[in-house]
Amino acid sequence: MDNARLIELVRSVAGTVEEVKNTTPLSLSIDASALILVCEQLHKNPETYFDMLTCVNGVDNGPEANTMEVIYQLYSIPFNHSLMLKVILPRENPEIESVTSIWKSADWLEREVFDMFGIVFKNHPDLRRILMPADWNGYPLRKDYKHEETYRGIKID
Amino acid sequence: MKGLLDQQFENGGVIITKVDDLLNWSRLSSLFPMTFGLACCAIEFMSTGSTVYDMDRFGMVPRATPRQSDVMIVSGTVTFKMADRIKQLYEQMAEPRYVISMGSCSNCGGPYWQHGYHVVKGVDRIVPIDVYVPGCPPRPEALIGGILKLHEKIRNESRVKPTALENLIDRNG
Repeated sequence: MDNARLIELVRSVAGTVEEVKNTTPLSLSIDASALILVCEQLHKNPETYFDMLTCVNGVDNGPEANTMEVIYQLYSIPFNHSLMLKVILPRENPEIESVTSIWKSADWLEREVFDMFGIVFKNHPDLRRILMPADWNGYPLRKDYKHEETYRGIKID
Repeated sequence: MKGLLDQQFENGGVIITKVDDLLNWSRLSSLFPMTFGLACCAIEFMSTGSTVYDMDRFGMVPRATPRQSDVMIVSGTVTFKMADRIKQLYEQMAEPRYVISMGSCSNCGGPYWQHGYHVVKGVDRIVPIDVYVPGCPPRPEALIGGILKLHEKIRNESRVKPTALENLIDRNG
């Protein structure tokens, strides 16, 4: 499926689509509320058939921009094509629907984004920290992250 | 100087030595390290045990449990998540016990010293260290150097004058 048709398909489901310029593979920015619908369509449509979620990234754009991003890297094994989906969230209480119901691989990937950025994935089956200890405070990859003085009596510096 | 058993026994098979010397010699000749690795330093630690470097010539055989180990070689990056486990492993070892800190990460945080929010900046913040081996990662020769340094330390220990007890008395007195 060529890029123009792919954009048209996503637009028919999501309503508004913004193409991110100069990216490989094609990168589309969509509304957070349309994410599940778009993903379901991309997953089951016989023309796209994105059967693999390779990576979920989080991005913190910092307090000035006051936004966060979640980026989904999709890949179709039979068609050998890729797509990048991007969702922009507010920096206060960032929340987004989990895609674990569509791709099982989203489970740990979303846990990592939650661990590092504090982005909450709604309806995730097991949203716990995956890398940091369970009793760690704060989200280390946020731009305004300040570590605590000590962790369980061990000095952090 | 020859080893104790290499010397000729005369005078009816009686040898005279100091208790300290005998005990220290027996201790340093069979230091069992714990099979334990945290990062890339563990690969060098494994090489040290391989045929080429032959850790066994020092009587060192890795043991799979802290209860049978004499020395813990902290080989790799110590994260805060791992810190509690290391402390627990150390506490499970029987005395006399020794710790070698292997590589920059466990010495001082290594490449994570500035921005590594997750790394303990030196394993000596958790357990007492006897020998520090520098390097990133140290080659097996360097680790063997550290082991020999530990031998030297054990050779000079004394049970007649327990320094730990003296220190305790000094601190309280």
